[in-house]
Amino acid sequence: MTELERHSYDVVVIGAGGAGLRAAIEAREQGKKTAIICKSLFGKAHTVMAEGGCAAAMGNANSNDNWQVHYRDTMRGGKFLNNWRMAELHAQEAPDRVWELETYGALFDRTPDGRISQRNFGGHTYPRLAHVGDRTGLELIRTLQQKIVSLQQEDFEATGDYEANLKVYAECTITELMKDGDAISGAFGYWRESGRFILFDAPAVVLATGGVGKSFKVTSNSWEYTGDGHALAMRAGATLINMEFIQFHPTGMVWPPSVKGILVTESVRGDGGVLKNSEGKRFMFEYVPDVFRAQYAESEDEADRWYKDPDNNRRPPELLPRDEVARAINSEVKAGRGTPHGGVFLDVSSRLPAEEITRRLPSMHHQFKELADVDITAEPMEVGPTCHYVMGGVEVDPDTASSVVPGLFAAGEVAGGMHGSNRLGGNSLSDLLVFGRRAGMGAAMYVDGLGAARPKIDEADVDAAAADALAPFELEGGENPYTIHQELQQSMNDLVGIIRKEEEMEQALGRLSEFRSRIAKMTVEGHRQFNPGWHLALDLRNMLTVSECVAGAALMRQESRGGHTRDDFPGMNPEWRKKLLVCGLDADGVVNVTEKQQISMREDLLELFELDELKKYLTDEELPAK
Amino acid sequence: MSYKGKFRVWRGDSEGGELKDYEVEVNEGEVVLDVIHRLQATQTPDMAVRWNCKAGKCGSCSAEINGMPKLMCMCRMNTFAEDEVVTVTPMRTFPVIRDLVTDVSFNYQKAREVPAFKPPADLKPGEYRMQQVDVERSQEFRKCIECFLCQDTCHVIRDHEENKESFSGPRFLMRVAELDMHPLDAADRQHAAQEQHGLGFCNITKCCTEVCPEHIKITDNALIPMKERVVDRKYDPLVWLGNKIRRRPA
Repeated sequence: MTELERHSYDVVVIGAGGAGLRAAIEAREQGKKTAIICKSLFGKAHTVMAEGGCAAAMGNANSNDNWQVHYRDTMRGGKFLNNWRMAELHAQEAPDRVWELETYGALFDRTPDGRISQRNFGGHTYPRLAHVGDRTGLELIRTLQQKIVSLQQEDFEATGDYEANLKVYAECTITELMKDGDAISGAFGYWRESGRFILFDAPAVVLATGGVGKSFKVTSNSWEYTGDGHALAMRAGATLINMEFIQFHPTGMVWPPSVKGILVTESVRGDGGVLKNSEGKRFMFEYVPDVFRAQYAESEDEADRWYKDPDNNRRPPELLPRDEVARAINSEVKAGRGTPHGGVFLDVSSRLPAEEITRRLPSMHHQFKELADVDITAEPMEVGPTCHYVMGGVEVDPDTASSVVPGLFAAGEVAGGMHGSNRLGGNSLSDLLVFGRRAGMGAAMYVDGLGAARPKIDEADVDAAAADALAPFELEGGENPYTIHQELQQSMNDLVGIIRKEEEMEQALGRLSEFRSRIAKMTVEGHRQFNPGWHLALDLRNMLTVSECVAGAALMRQESRGGHTRDDFPGMNPEWRKKLLVCGLDADGVVNVTEKQQISMREDLLELFELDELKKYLTDEELPAK
Repeated sequence: MSYKGKFRVWRGDSEGGELKDYEVEVNEGEVVLDVIHRLQATQTPDMAVRWNCKAGKCGSCSAEINGMPKLMCMCRMNTFAEDEVVTVTPMRTFPVIRDLVTDVSFNYQKAREVPAFKPPADLKPGEYRMQQVDVERSQEFRKCIECFLCQDTCHVIRDHEENKESFSGPRFLMRVAELDMHPLDAADRQHAAQEQHGLGFCNITKCCTEVCPEHIKITDNALIPMKERVVDRKYDPLVWLGNKIRRRPA
């Protein structure tokens, strides 16, 4: 029997970003004994990197805003592929989730009348993003972290033990989920610090592990984003949807090389920044697609007037959804109109006074000053697309966040469906809060429903998980995981990147299967105590599985939509809108991709749109009968 | 553009360790963390280092570079001469786990000892009204990325293990100040600052402010005003009298 430390919980939340912490708060408030498993230190999760804000139709900045407008914007941004029920819940509940943060101690920027200020962002009709300068993610995670601490303080008052009902396991990584028959029974992992194994006996597991960006070379994502939750879910028998849709954020840093990919917030454009090519031209006017033509300005004059008078002018095309802007930048650079370092110029220095820039965009100012020697109040930034977000993820029930596996829940970036083929900026932080809470509630309800019939852990599975985790130490003279990781990132970047072709994706799938055999023969040096080489070796398996899903689904979808652009199928096809691509694992661990019919939008939601707009997305038989 | 840089990195664990010399490629525009990563990828795959965002936002990669507490991701290589030896050691105030990774649990314990934000009883969610000027003071402190460099550099605990129990350090004294300056916080913070978090230990040498990667004016804007508030409370006879009256049992 494997020697390890054992704990028993009602709910185990894997991931300590916004979704995980909100899920844990909910599960604990529902009276469930809850563990939070955190791959890094508590409070360092990727949510911290979110800059622009949290979208919620509170109507503070423009009283015309309401959940229906937010819903419409979200569906348009996702090119109608979104799970409409998730988009509906999200738009309806986001304001309450933001206001609730104030009761936890959050301090958002204010309007003149003292309410939460809201800013403009790509694809949002009205100023909608609650924010704190350009460090909103930090505020969100710190607020939730401090709420967790306050719940622990309550438990301390009541029991004398801070960790009686809610405990954070920091620097702890889950490598396998445990099952009893069909149902989840626990989770197995290791402590980074000691390399020792740890086992959680728990009937409900909430995945909140974030995204997959570390499979790509140029990314805004941190090292933790290795698709752990995506891969854990698949190995446990759950399904992923929409994996072909990867968001390339239009504005990442391009210079110097060591910071290539680091995010430049969309707020730069929301607050007035414009994109120019090497000829000094505001090129975005050339790239407004037909579906958005009615909502975007046709001249620079009109676009500039919009900042002061949004009711009588149309929006600048710099604020199109992210997929559109990223493709436009890509085309400009390819056409030879790029900057010296292969990006385009993002200029706010000629648009706002210096002190306004440092007040509204303090961390961008700091980041460029410290890392690139560029003063953004005096000169333009060089920017280009960077892998930022995966729209795809675990297929879940919208109301409870439950996957198809009993006891397995998912929320935040690791869940799929909410954002369709492309996520709007600002909809991620609100997604974390809305569905984090719902996942915590769903898990608590599931545990209540189990009664005494608690699934059990099979010791043989524990031994197998331990053997798998130690396998990289067994071989000698094999390859170094760092080399394989770099090659994987390069392949995904080159072959399944922002513009895709059939031959290239087939080539990618070929390489991925070579990586699979190379990974089986990897060697890790040293011992189990805080050994990054070993940790990477274990994460690589997950990155590979996820990459196979992305490439497999991308090859199958023969159209271009949102975060999936096919050179060989450039248009959007209403027939494909009705289809979801579902990834699962065969009995022998091979990824399979199958088609599934989308559920049609509810009648009353369909009525929120003009018929002319629906015609651009839906097939004739899907259109309402009036 | 690229050159062989000389690095001296502390390798070891809680039992002990030593500085080891390495020669490693350095390229244009790189930061210390890039070079540490290259060391991992090419020479020392098991070298332990904590990092996450590599953009100065998460505060994970804290270490001491040539003796100065810094974030490795924000320390650019062009601040050193090409033939200069760059020495990287773990934060000294916290126990070493391995190589550049230290046990920072002290900070999480101290965080727990600061009572949470106490919401006003009469306001429902969505009813909070605060002016921008009033939230700005606390917002400055909420820029903190919890890199713990201020805790590392603070001489009250850097060389005085015995003070750790009664001193929360600049990070958490600033947290107390943040809550005290929160326009709607309903709790009393001033007694606790002095009596439970050891504000009196601070003799405003401003070392914490100097190392803060977020450029928060910890001493001037948080610690000194907090000291003033505590002093006012302690010696103001009216406040003293008011407290006596209010606290009389009904």
